[in-house]
Parts: sequence; structure tokens; C-alpha cells
Amino acid sequence: MTGLALEAINVSKRFGDLQALDRVSLKLKKGGIHALLGENGAGKSTLVKCIVGFYTPDEGEVLLGEHQQLISNPRDAHDLGIGMVYQHFTLVPNMTVLENLVLARPRLPSIIDWNKERMAIAERMKGMPFQLPLDAPVNHLAAGEKQKLEIIKQLLLDVKVLILDEPTSVLTPDEADEVLGQIKDMARRTGLAVLMITHKFREVVLYADDVTVLRRGRYVGSERVGDVSVEKMSEMMVGREFSGTALAREPAADQGVKLAIDALTIEDDSGLPAVSNLSLTVKGGEIVGIAGVSGNGQRELVEALAGQRPTTGGEIRVMGERYRGERQELLRHRFHCLPEEPLRNASVSRMSVAENLGFRCFDRPPHSIGGFLRRRAINAYAQRLIAEFKVSPANTAIPIGNLSGGNVQRAILARELWDQPNVLVVANPCFGLDFTAVAEIHARLMAARNAGAAVLLISEDLDEIIELADRIDVISDGRLVYETTPQAADPIVIGHHMAGHAGEPHAH
Amino acid sequence: MPIALAPFLIPLSALLLSSVLFGAFVWMAGATPSDVYQSIYRGAFGTWYSWQNTLTRAAPLMLTALCTALPARLGLVVIGGEGAVVIGGLVAALAGIALLDAHPMVALVGMALASIIAGGALIGLVGWLRQARNVNETISSLLFNYICIAILNFLVVGPLRDPETLNKPSTHHIGETHMLGYLGDSSIHMGFAFGLIACLILWILYKHTTFGFAVDMVGGNARAARLSGLPVRKIMLLVTFMGGAAAGLAGMIEVAAVHGRANASLNAGYGYEGILIAFAARHHPLAIVPMAILFGGIRAASDLLQRNHDLPDATSLVLQGIIFVLVLASEAIYARMAAKSGYKS
Repeated sequence: MTGLALEAINVSKRFGDLQALDRVSLKLKKGGIHALLGENGAGKSTLVKCIVGFYTPDEGEVLLGEHQQLISNPRDAHDLGIGMVYQHFTLVPNMTVLENLVLARPRLPSIIDWNKERMAIAERMKGMPFQLPLDAPVNHLAAGEKQKLEIIKQLLLDVKVLILDEPTSVLTPDEADEVLGQIKDMARRTGLAVLMITHKFREVVLYADDVTVLRRGRYVGSERVGDVSVEKMSEMMVGREFSGTALAREPAADQGVKLAIDALTIEDDSGLPAVSNLSLTVKGGEIVGIAGVSGNGQRELVEALAGQRPTTGGEIRVMGERYRGERQELLRHRFHCLPEEPLRNASVSRMSVAENLGFRCFDRPPHSIGGFLRRRAINAYAQRLIAEFKVSPANTAIPIGNLSGGNVQRAILARELWDQPNVLVVANPCFGLDFTAVAEIHARLMAARNAGAAVLLISEDLDEIIELADRIDVISDGRLVYETTPQAADPIVIGHHMAGHAGEPHAH
Repeated sequence: MPIALAPFLIPLSALLLSSVLFGAFVWMAGATPSDVYQSIYRGAFGTWYSWQNTLTRAAPLMLTALCTALPARLGLVVIGGEGAVVIGGLVAALAGIALLDAHPMVALVGMALASIIAGGALIGLVGWLRQARNVNETISSLLFNYICIAILNFLVVGPLRDPETLNKPSTHHIGETHMLGYLGDSSIHMGFAFGLIACLILWILYKHTTFGFAVDMVGGNARAARLSGLPVRKIMLLVTFMGGAAAGLAGMIEVAAVHGRANASLNAGYGYEGILIAFAARHHPLAIVPMAILFGGIRAASDLLQRNHDLPDATSLVLQGIIFVLVLASEAIYARMAAKSGYKS
């Protein structure tokens, strides 16, 4: 099954002063996966939005199938069989899998015959690459299952072109391999054309047939994946050879335990134990990585450490003292925390960049005196931080919510890495960032470690943990179930522990 | 529209449109709109006498508007100003009666403190219910209004009634010498200065202090505030307390400067009108001052409308209502502008 499923010809799009897309072309073949590769802001999302009819290109056109049908609005795209899975979930959390699947249909009858729908969907599920329990409420599904549900939702609509926007950013390596492998099989089998936005080379090499690279809105080129090396792709993507310099890990001077968690118990929103009797210690000059599949208590653990969630048992000690997350303690011990989703967890979107950067310092001299703010001092402080961390645009007066996701991450990272942290808790710091940003963040975390910080890194990206950590713990069902070192780490063994299959290594 | 001018232009256009609609209303009621507007102007701002009337009425309105505007910064919609005025006035009268023999200054300070604590406790309770029991603050503050009014009515008709008050059951008088004085030789009582100073202090507090910064953090994203170690609960309690304290003080002013006693006149809608003023001022403490004067003027002109144009008693309420609806509707324009300016690459 070959032939073109979709073609974009010389598509250009401009927003104000910004040329988001400049004559970009792309040919999507049937029966395979086409990767769209580029850094943050390269124009990947804009191109896809032109393809699904959300934006109208200023120049150029998007044509579908052999009949070269023109797509000019989302309705067309939908009617012609283009389906998109967004990076962020678009499911209704308190409805079941079945309800979400039925809800996705564009034309619903006024009265829904649920028995009929259930039978029809159960029947069609058999042909799907993954299976899901139809009656499970979506908010009980793990991230990987939600992603599968998003994909099934589109496949049930009989799409001919499936667009995936960074589909693996919320998945574990195992889940990512499973999802992409199954989609690739399905594409081969049914002639489905898949366009996958990504910046993970591994996925491109293993699963994609073709790759198109964008850089700053320009079309750099399209290649067969087999014909092009990773080095070549990274050069196309950033315009220079990527030097994968190893991080300088300095031998740790024994600084003593700075963060100690003792028999900590935390409940989730519904009052069920999310973390049970968890103990660990982190010394100064050490990175301890906690690996695990999302939804095994990591979120609650980070929230408890960040003071966003009460604990129900055990205690946290920082620098030898009991820690409750109060401001005085936080500043005195130089306890810093970088939670995931910084816009939701660590910043106030309507406050300015300067104000957001000032969260740790606004109530101490010279940023305020006698309870009165000195905005000039806060602003000067923020200017130093954004220059050091290259936040763009370098404007401290705009609301932080107007920055792109990567730049919000940078800004919050600047705030939390400044001032030589003693203890640094970091959760999924590189979610959805491109690889130059990832490399930079990794280098900064390593630098903080080398400067004597006790770093607790909680991440769903196992590669990241193996690269950074001095010690690795695996969390499963709210307990630490396995400990190893990066030297001895075997991803397969770790994966089994992550999945909770400790005693039965072949239960996959 | 340039973004910097929006906070002025949008309410102004809402006010203009309101006056057009109100003009249509009075025309249908048989009056000539231009004459009606002339009367409103004369009754509110035409002479020194009408200015004094207007400013006297604006005094409690500034304070009750703060009761809604302060918690609004935390994202809370508190509409319990009426209850706080009533309870503040009642408690102030009790304090005044208890301090009949004290020095006037002591009596006034005692009354003010009592009203601040009572009003603050009332709305502070609303804040506590919200964060400890997740009770919607709008509903609870509305219900507290009815409870406070019922308590007032019960006490002034029953146990606390001065038997000499026949037509209008009231508490005993707090003593003529203990009444709040006037500004200079005008008939504007000191309460106007209280309101003005309160708005100014709270503006400085919100705009220029670390406390205001912390309130912005809690209101903008409580999770981020907790991450920074801020005592979110304490801040919520404190802000709701301050809002209630302002409205409670308005009740004290009504008792100590106008009526001399607590009675049903405390329940004159100042609290409800404050909600409207807070929204029209977009919860900005300084913008509350001109808005309160405008609405005070409409109140002051209300008599003249009845006398000169045969318009019903509720006419000024119609004008207030139209303004409120249009001001609330114009909020949507800000949201749309924010969405447009928030373009991300």
C-alpha cells in the first residue's frame, strides 16, 4: 500500500512579526509513520494546525489523498478522515472509557442506546492495537492508558491520517515502545498514514519510515530514516553538530545527609494511601533518582515535599531538622523544589516574569524593606536570572503565562537553581522539551550536585535517571521496591520492578 | 483599543450604555430622559448641598465595596457586606451603650473596634468555611446576610429595644456627645474620611507591600504559593477578616454618625450596593472611591426623581441594576482581550 495520503505544498504562515512557517512542504505516505522533527518553536505545531485546518496558511496548500482535496477548515479535515491526538489529554476524566469513545463521535443521536454502543465498540476493539476496560473511569487510568484511549478514539472514527503530537512524552519507555510498535503494525496492515511530532531520535530511528526536519519555521529536508544517521538528523535540527558531551560528575565530598524521609505516608485525593512507609536519604553532592511508572505515588510524594499536600505519617527532615514546608524553613535551609508542569504548580500565570522569579526573595532585603516591596530590586534580580538562563523573550514585565512552555520551565528553573540550593527536589524536569534544552537542564542539575546540593530527581524518563543519578530507587505502588546504581542498572530489571513484577521476571 | 486604556474605557462605555438604556426606561415611564438626567445631576453633584449628601452616602459604600474587593483578589466572590454592616452596626451600638459614661474618644474607639471585630469575624468565618470545609463562599456569605438581619431585627424588637422608640424599634441611643463629628463645617461626617483612608491604605497594602504580593500569589495559584512556603490558610483568613472588618466599620459609621442607634436602617442595601461598586471598580481599592461617589450620588438624587418626575421609588434601583449587569457583561471583554494578547508561538 503506497501512495500519498496527504501533501503540504509550500505552506507559509505568519503571526505578526513572526514567520512561523516559511514554505514548508511535506509528503505523507500511506502505510507508515512519518516523523516531524524540530526544536521548540520550530513550527511543528503550526504546520500540524495548518494540516488539520485550524489555521489557514497565508500561502501554499494542504491536499488530501489521490483526489487532491483541499483542506480549508477543521470540519473538512475531520470529514476527510484526519484525526489528531494532542499532547495534552482531551478526555472527560470522570466519564468511563466507553462514554469517552461514544462522546467523540461528531454526530450523536439524541438518545444513546448504551447496550448497542457497548457491543459495537467491544466488537471493534478487537481489531484495535490495544485493549482497554470499557467501564473504567478515565481518571483511574494511568497516563499510558489515557494515551492509548486517545489513539483508539481517533481510530474508531476511521481516520485515514493520524497525527500524534509528542505521543510518548507521558509514557514510560516500555509503554512508548508498545504504543509505537502497535501503531506501526497497524499502519502497515491497514494503510493508515501516521504523522508523529517528536524530538526523540530514538523513536524516529526505531519506528519512523520517513522524517521531515523543521528549523525556525523553515523546511530543512525530508529523508528516508534508513538513509540518515542520528548525527545528521541532529545537525539538520539545530544547524550544528550536536556534541553529546558527557556530564562532568565530580567525586562527591561526603557532606552528610541533607534530606531524610522517614516512614512517610501520604494519601491521594480520595483518601487512599498513595505513598506508604517510604524512607530514603539524600546526601549533599548526590543525585538520587526515583524511577517509576506515572501514578505510583510520585505526584503525591513531590506535592508533600513541596508543601502542597499534607502527610499522614512519618516525617521529612532537612539539614537534620523536621521540615514542614513553611517559608522560614524553606529559605533557611535553602530547600528548593522544581515540580512538573511549572505553570500549574510553581508559577502564577497572570503575574509578571519578574514577580514569578521573585517568589523566593520578595520578602527579604534588598527586595523589600520593612514590608514594602522594592520592585526595582526585584526586577534587577529577575533580569540577572533571565540573562543567566536565557529566558526568551528577555522581558520581565509580561505575564509569565505568555511565555512558551519551554521558557516557563527555564524561568522557574532559574528561580529554583539560583542561590545554591542545599536540597533540590526535581520532578520530570524535561517533559516536552527539545534536546538542547534537555542537555542544558541536565548540565545544570549536575552542576548543582557538584556544588554540594542533595538532589532528589523523580522522573518517568528512565534514560534521564540513569544518566544523572548516583543512586537509583524504583517506586511502585507507593513503595520503594528496588535500589541500584547507574553502573549496575539494567533497564529490563528496572522495568520489571517498575511494573511491580519483582518476583516474576517473565510476567510480561 | 490600546490595552493600557482598557481599564478606563471599558467601564466608561458600560456606564454610557447604561445611561442610554436607563433613558429608555424613564421615557417609557413617562418622563423626559434629559430632564431626568438633569435632576440626577442636580441632586447628586449640582450644588454644595447635594455634594455633601452624595459624599455622606458614599462613605459606607466605599467600605462595603472593600468587603467584596479584598477577597476578590484571592478569587473569592464574597457578597456578605450587608450582613457585616448589620452586625458591625449592632455591636457598635452595644459597645456605645456600654461605654456611655466613658470619654467620647474611648467610646468611639471602642465602638469602632467592636464593629471591626464583629464584621471581620463574620466574613472571616466565611473564609474559614471555604478553606476548611470547602463551603462555597458566595452562598455562605449570602446566607449569613439573612441570619445577621434576623438577629438584628430580633434584638431591636425584643431584648435590646429602647421602649421610647415607637415607630422604629431601635436600641438605646449611644449618647449625643459620643456621635462621630463632621468634616470642618460641612455636613459630611467623619465616616467619609474613614472610607477614603481605608481605600488608600488597602491600595498601598495590595500594591506596595510583601503582604499584597503574597495575596496575589495565593489568589493567582495557591499551589505555587504553597510551594513557596506561604501560609495559604492564614492569608485567606486574614483577607476575609479585613474585608468583613471594613464592612463592619461601615455599620459603626451609620450608627455613630447618622442614626445614633442600631435599627432596621442599618439594613439599607449599602452592603449589596458595595458588591456592585467593587465589580464596577474591578476590585481596585482606589477605583472604588469614584465609583462609590457616583453611586452615592444616584442615592442622593433618588428623592428628587420621585418629587420632580413622579417616578417610582425604585427608579434609582433600576439604574443601579442596569449598570451592574452591563459592568459584569463588560468583564467578558477583558477576558477576550487577555486571550488575544496572550498569543504563544
